[in-house]
Amino acid sequence: MSKKPQIVEKDEVVIRFSGDSGDGMQLTGTLFSDTAALYGNDLATFPDYPAEIRAPQGTVGGVSGFTVHLGHYDVSTPGDYADVLVAMNPAAIKANVAWIKEGSTIIYDKDNFTEKNIQKAGYISDPVAEEKLDGYNIIAAPITSMVKEALKDFGLDPKSVLRTKNMFALGMVYWMFDRKLAYTEDYCDTKFKNKPEIARANKIALRAGYYYAETIEALTPVRINPASIAKGRYRNINGNTATAWGFLAAAEKAGLKLYIGSYPITPATGILEELAARKDLGVISFQAEDEIAGICSAIGASFSGYLAVTTTSGPGLALKSEAIGLAVMAELPLVVVDVQRGGPSTGLPTKTEQSDLFQALYGRNGECPVVVMAATSPSDCFRFAFEAARIAIEHMTPVLLLTDGYLANGSEPWKIPEMEALPSVTPPYHQPASGEYIPYRRDEKRLNRYWAIPGIPGLEHRIGGLEKTIKGTVSYVPENHEYMVKMRDEKVKRVLEKVPDLEVFGDKDGDLLLTGWGGTYGHLLTAVKELRAEGYSISLAGFNYINPLPANTADVFKRFKKIAVCELNLGQFADYLRMKLQDFRYYQLNKVQGLPFTVKEIKEFCIKLLEEK
Amino acid sequence: MEENKDLKYTPKDFKSDQEVRWCPGCGDHAILSEIQKALSEMGIPKEKYVFVSGIGCSSRLPYYMNTYGFHGIHGRAAAIATGVKTARPDLSVWVMTGDGDSLAIGGNHFIHAVRRNIDINLVLFNNEIYGLTKGQYSPTSGRGHVTKTSPFGTLEEPFSVGELVIGARGKFFARTIDSNVSLSTEIFTKAAKHKGTSVVEVLQNCVIFNDGVHDIYAGKEVKEDRTITLRHGEPMIFGKDRKSGLILEGLKLKVVKIGENGVTEKDILVHDAHEPNPGIHYFLANMRYPEYPVALGVIREVEGESYETAVHAQIEKVKAGSKIKCMNDLLNSGTVWDVE
Repeated sequence: MSKKPQIVEKDEVVIRFSGDSGDGMQLTGTLFSDTAALYGNDLATFPDYPAEIRAPQGTVGGVSGFTVHLGHYDVSTPGDYADVLVAMNPAAIKANVAWIKEGSTIIYDKDNFTEKNIQKAGYISDPVAEEKLDGYNIIAAPITSMVKEALKDFGLDPKSVLRTKNMFALGMVYWMFDRKLAYTEDYCDTKFKNKPEIARANKIALRAGYYYAETIEALTPVRINPASIAKGRYRNINGNTATAWGFLAAAEKAGLKLYIGSYPITPATGILEELAARKDLGVISFQAEDEIAGICSAIGASFSGYLAVTTTSGPGLALKSEAIGLAVMAELPLVVVDVQRGGPSTGLPTKTEQSDLFQALYGRNGECPVVVMAATSPSDCFRFAFEAARIAIEHMTPVLLLTDGYLANGSEPWKIPEMEALPSVTPPYHQPASGEYIPYRRDEKRLNRYWAIPGIPGLEHRIGGLEKTIKGTVSYVPENHEYMVKMRDEKVKRVLEKVPDLEVFGDKDGDLLLTGWGGTYGHLLTAVKELRAEGYSISLAGFNYINPLPANTADVFKRFKKIAVCELNLGQFADYLRMKLQDFRYYQLNKVQGLPFTVKEIKEFCIKLLEEK
Repeated sequence: MEENKDLKYTPKDFKSDQEVRWCPGCGDHAILSEIQKALSEMGIPKEKYVFVSGIGCSSRLPYYMNTYGFHGIHGRAAAIATGVKTARPDLSVWVMTGDGDSLAIGGNHFIHAVRRNIDINLVLFNNEIYGLTKGQYSPTSGRGHVTKTSPFGTLEEPFSVGELVIGARGKFFARTIDSNVSLSTEIFTKAAKHKGTSVVEVLQNCVIFNDGVHDIYAGKEVKEDRTITLRHGEPMIFGKDRKSGLILEGLKLKVVKIGENGVTEKDILVHDAHEPNPGIHYFLANMRYPEYPVALGVIREVEGESYETAVHAQIEKVKAGSKIKCMNDLLNSGTVWDVE
């Protein structure tokens, strides 16, 4: 490779790869982020794709995008607005024009800007002019004809040739950001081990793109130096995989086998898929006939002595409601994961939202408390899946873990934990020394009942959905029912022993405390960091534990003049706080567009609140 | 499951301390004692049994068994039992269910359990009525049946349990009558020994809401002429005088009289429960009085790999071929990098 022009150093950059859902944009983005992670950048990614596998080609509805935000400093969000947009067709410009920075670089495939495609995207003749993109750095690259030319002697069929277009675009971006091609080339070799000619074609397209970017002398190479991150071994991980691995880790720690009973549903399916692949660790993965069978089979597995989980999204959680009640009544360990998406009903299957909080807390018949917790970032889905399982097992209760589409599909570098450093998980088995097995005898401290696994002589017992006495006899006695209702409620309250205090980022007191729960944390953190740097008195407290709430919540709240709750719904957590902690006034920032917050809109909201008297 | 001949139980050993709360005269009492009798002779340790149920009168049965038991929610017993058996192939798992529980609200779980051929024994108490909710029609109620929710008669075609089982590629289907203690005990034993999903339809009498529903063919006076008890390898002969039999005429079964029209015993079909092709089994399971005698006994009993066996075999195979043996292996697999 020849000498490079002067490289500009930057702290961060946001790149958005965008094209038809068949253009391989998800892969392109993933390869770029893996390369960046290996180089030592901190990063966050977010894929955004249509619900249809192949929506009509060339239409805005069919655009699939993948955003990578990489930085020399901590990166907590995939970035609001892109510095570089790679647009494989006119529709990709239409879909993304609102999400790019002014003056950003747009690389597009000139050959794909045919009259037909331009009109399909809703333009008349010239997207660049119609969107008034003069002043942007527009690179109209003939990507299609370039790959055809580069691969003309290969004897590949035209379809296979066109499939390498994404590699050409990726090569261009690699040159722009001064990256090495080795990781991607290795990937091609591994991926197409049995089709060496396809591997070679992809590698040639990649290099062709790289050299093309250099040759046109229209791009300024940018370097994002490695971030200073803690020593250790790292890998990239997305939220669904991290969730699956958290359960595996908890099972190993508890000396239990893992059972997952689930039904495919976007965006939760990745957890089932990952665990289905983990038979090497003894996982039983059961793809049930429906959502109800998924959870019911998991309850059966739990009764039989497994760590049992079921994974779903909002509509599936609705179907599982009755069975969650059964697990509450039977007092068996069970983790239910709801990877939230836009609702109600089928809603927005591939988009993110936080609107299942009330369903998680209350969506069941009877007094039916469960532990509700939420993960904050793609990688900490591992920690919270682990904790959800640890609580479920040690407290003999169902736990509802909320993630969302943004966490599930987003990925980031993750410092690999030491298994030895994770807390122990101790199933509360019935001990022979405690004498006769009484199904609903409780631990004095935690109030959990004890687990007696079928197959053990002398511990035969019957449990189920009907109200029982301590001995497990069906009972309709009024006082017994009230007693058992209160016991189940108090048992969940006592999970508090495992709930860490609410942490505050920033000062412990001040003008404004920003709060939120679950997957919005990265955006809130970025906004708060920037506002603090600008001199505002603002702090952040993100919630992971919703039921029970951290013990110090009121203590944290009372040190601030204003408290604002930001969430991707109409204010469910704010209402929950109003009910639980009535002494405070809660301001709200809400968004229900199927999209994460942008840092910009959080900042604008905060500044307005801070400046109001 | 390994049989241990030295294990000696009596039916009483399987009785729990719970007071049995079915109506006096309900067919469930008989089914309970038939199951307890069958289990006492199985040679399987008591702690290895798990009885799972859904909702309905039948589903109270696990409470009366001194074994592990799980009383679930309406329709879901087969799904719960699937979790139990898949997790623990060493357990003998029984599902106690009814026509409403398994064929209406739980129809999906029923057909899929049968399709997967998971090794559970599913006893379906068929009284053609909803008992616990006090007398509404069920998916097996005959067309025109007058109930509280069909005061002018139902307008629905009923399910046939055997037909569903065969349609779902079932490998074991048997039918018995609650009052026939020896046949029921024999069938429960065979169901337990069969590897795979065993569906036993018990024609059960609801003394309150559908009394005598099966009497027209199962009544004391008529049952020998109006039912046929099938046994593998034996000719399909029935009737008080043992002169009636079944032959195949064209694509249909036909009732004939031995000694009439030149029919001899040799012409009578011999029951082959082990035939994988379900054609004849389908005909037999669907025989209705008065055209035919109602078939009792084990109608279909075909070998096949059970689901949980396949699940665990696959796990062992993958384990043997994988470098990942524990979480630390997994965490460090694939693309990882060190930050110094």
